[in-house]
Parts: sequence; C-alpha cells; structure tokens
Amino acid sequence: MAILDKHKILETNATLLLICSFLVVTIGGLVQIAPLFWLENTIEKVEGMRPYTPLEMTGREVYIREGCYTCHSQMIRPMRDEVERYGHYSLAAESMYDHPFQWGSKRTGPDLARVGGRYSDEWHVDHLRDPQSVVPESVMPKYSFLERKMIDGKYIGDLLAANAMLGTPYTEEMLASAQADFKAQADPDSDYDGLLERYGDKVSVRNFDGQPGVSEADALIAYLQMLGTLVDFSTFTPDANR
Amino acid sequence: MSKPVKKYDDDPNTTGHTWDGIEEFDNPMPRWWLWTLYATIIWGIGYTIAYPAWPMLNSATAGVLGWSTRGDVAAEIQAVNEANAPMNAKLEAAELTAIAGDADLGSYAVSSGSAVFKTWCAQCHGSGAAGAKGYPNLLDDDWLWGGSVEEIHETVTHGIRNEDSDDARYSEMPAFGRDELLEKEEIDQVVNFVMSLSGEAQDASKVEAGAVVFEDNCASCHMEDGTGDRSQGAPNLADAIWLYGGDYAALSETVNNARYGVMPAWNTRLTEAQIRAVSSYVHQLGGGE
Repeated sequence: MAILDKHKILETNATLLLICSFLVVTIGGLVQIAPLFWLENTIEKVEGMRPYTPLEMTGREVYIREGCYTCHSQMIRPMRDEVERYGHYSLAAESMYDHPFQWGSKRTGPDLARVGGRYSDEWHVDHLRDPQSVVPESVMPKYSFLERKMIDGKYIGDLLAANAMLGTPYTEEMLASAQADFKAQADPDSDYDGLLERYGDKVSVRNFDGQPGVSEADALIAYLQMLGTLVDFSTFTPDANR
Repeated sequence: MSKPVKKYDDDPNTTGHTWDGIEEFDNPMPRWWLWTLYATIIWGIGYTIAYPAWPMLNSATAGVLGWSTRGDVAAEIQAVNEANAPMNAKLEAAELTAIAGDADLGSYAVSSGSAVFKTWCAQCHGSGAAGAKGYPNLLDDDWLWGGSVEEIHETVTHGIRNEDSDDARYSEMPAFGRDELLEKEEIDQVVNFVMSLSGEAQDASKVEAGAVVFEDNCASCHMEDGTGDRSQGAPNLADAIWLYGGDYAALSETVNNARYGVMPAWNTRLTEAQIRAVSSYVHQLGGGE
C-alpha cells in the first residue's frame, strides 16, 4: 500500500515526527475537551442554584485553606452504593459557582457534597473541636482554633468581586452589601431581610457556632450546612443522555 | 548510511542502517500483531456506535444500545427496590412489636436496619451505638423518651426539638442560672443534691438544702426521687448515667444554661420501612424494653 510506505518519511525525520505527534495529541484533546464549551447539555438547567452568600463564601475559603479537599470529596458518583449513602448523585450545575470546584479525588473522610442539613450545628462545633469525641474511629485533626479566630469580613467584597469576574452572577447590590450580609447571616438578632431578599428565603441565618461574634467556625459551618441543599430535586428530571 | 547488501539470498532487506558493520533487517511487523491492531480499531469504531461517544451540536451521540450512566444507576436501584419490596411491604404492615418474633422479618429488619443505622445514625450515636457526650448511648437501659420499639419508632420518625416535624419530641428545661430563676447558692446546693442521688459523696449540709430546692424546682419533671419522667423526656438523675457528664462542673453548666440536644425527623428522609427496620435494630441492641 503506497500510503503506508510514505510512513517511512515520518519515521526517518525526527522533527516531522514530533510535529505530527503533537498534531495527533492536539486533535485528541480538542475532541474530548472543546465540545464541553458548546454542548448545551454539559450543565443542565436546574432550579435553586444561587451564588454563595458572603459568609458561605468565607467558609469555602477556610475549607480550601485548611485543605479539606485532600481528604473529603464533593462528588457523589452515579453508583448505587454512593447514591444510597450520600444522596442524589452530583450534578454539574451544583459546582457552577465553584472557582475552583472542590470535587477532590480522595476520600479519607466521607464525601461532603450533600452534608448540608445532615447534622446539627452543635454536632459540627463538637466535631470540628474534637472529631474523636463524636466519631471515635476518625483520623481527622482537631480544628478547635477556628472558633477562636474572629473575622470581620473586611475583604469579603473583594472576594465576591473576583468571583463575579469569573462569571458568578453577583449583582452590584450584592457586592455593595457584602460585608453587611456577611455579619447578618451569623446573627439571628440582626436585620437580615436584605440578605434573604438578595440570596433567597432558604438562606440559613443562625449563630452557627453558638458563640458571640463571627468566627471562622461560623463561616465554615454555614458553608457545610449549605452544601448540596440548593438544587430543588422535586422539580428535577434527569436527562438520560449524559 | 551505506547501500544495503544481502549476505544470503533469503535474507530480508535491510533498513540500510549500519553501525560498525552491523546491519538492521527490515522485517515486517508480525502478522498476529498487525491483525490485533486492526481488530482494536474496528472494535473502537463499533464501541463509539454502541455507546455514547461523539460530540455533536447540542449533545453527544447517544449510542444505539441506549446505555447511560444515569440510566444504569437508576435501573440498579430499581432492581434492588423491587427485590426488597415484598419484605418492605410486610415490614410496613406488621405490628411493630411482632416484627422481632417473626424469624424472617426480624432478621431482615435487623440487618437492613443496621445498614440504615451506619449510614444515618452512626455519626452521632457512634458506629457501635454507644453514643458520646451529648449523644445518647443506645445500648444501655437508660432511655430519655422510652425504650419500647414503639417509642423508639416514634422518636426516629419525628425526631427531637426540630422544625421538620410538628410531632417532634419536645422538652425544655429552664436555664435556671441564665434566666435568674435560682440564686447561685441554690444552684450550688441543688447540684450537690443531684450528685448525691447517684451516690457521689457530697457536702451533707448542701445536699440537705439542695433537696428543698430540688423539690420546689425540679421534682415536677424529674420526680421527687430524681428518677425522671419519660413522658416529658426528663432524664433519670439517680442512675449514674449522664448524657452531658455528672461531675460538678458539667451539672452546674446544665442547671445554669440547660441543654437542648436535637435529632432530625427521619420521616423526611427515610421510608417507613427503613424507619421500622432501624427501630427494630436499635431495640435489639441491648437496652430495648
């Protein structure tokens, strides 16, 4: 076959072989990655997703800073054992406001994609303070310092603005009132009507760590209690073709 | 590169490469290797036709077999549910107290209840159900709200102090110190009295004074002898079993600020059959009445 004989030209020219190998790899990559940017069903439309509140966003920063993702995934795979243990498999839409996403790749601890509402705030405080007090077999380190580290949300507006640049639909109003919303969510005695108006009625306003002031534990627990609770699964019909 | 030279007539051609007089034969690839390569190419094409593969404008091709990850997991869950359906129906129809007596149903309830427990309950009550400080031990005979299988079922169904269920178990001990219902001295006395109930040696004069404080403020729920009242969720204070600790500091904290442990209403997350299974499981752990 004449065309196969031409292969010898490639084999005997190192530079040409390098260029052509690169082209092949490029095509492979394009076919796998590029369509995700135009396929309409990459991220399905679901009801309930909203940008994270300033306090949840702060909790997310604490989550990333402490490296929680190295032991906890946030990705429930579509398998029976995972669905029965953790709940509905994760949807792409559920990480649409995550920059970067926290899917993780290793589970030393359990998956946290739907940990929201599963435990009481008091449990989270006990567990962060001393994980072995509630789960004796746990190997998680203690995070008791979080409840002692008070935060004022001074830079939270900047963090939201940075996420807005990346495509999270924070409105001007949300950005302007970021610090006020940050404080309001951790204080049930505050005037938090504005927060609910901007982020929806389902936002939990509580004193998450049970102590006065806003601590990093408040932020982290607010974030954890929100995880996996946003999408309204009563109106969700899975599209089989994915 | 020198010109290829054949030493023997039946030698294959050489590639023309020569190193120190050593030449390289230009043998063809082994035939079995080539055919394996062609077979994998053909199989690959067939695979992308059978299964979801090629990205198109709006979505990827679905594949002629119609397989999808989501469909797969849905089918698997449905198959398991259907296989368990007869037993679950029997579990829902049975009298709660009769489940343990029925050999088949009882062992189904306990083993499926054990799985439910490890998924949903173990984080607070412990994987062995021994509890932790603030989270009740389910192995012993001491129950806050009752240890019969019906009472356990009621507690699991509606939970404790939550907003999920209107029928949630609810009790609210006053915060005697924080709300200034008792003087500091009286709290000191009553704590001494409560400690004496379970035999912890205390200052006799304080115990005596504490008995009066107890009768006036605590006995209506915890009963005069301190043995508690399950209908109100008031714990037994005389059995040396403590949920939040029985030393002076822990008891002072309890009397001063009260404790309000919570438990979710599981009827919003589990099926009736699962609740009955886990109630049966907890009931047979050792403390069931």
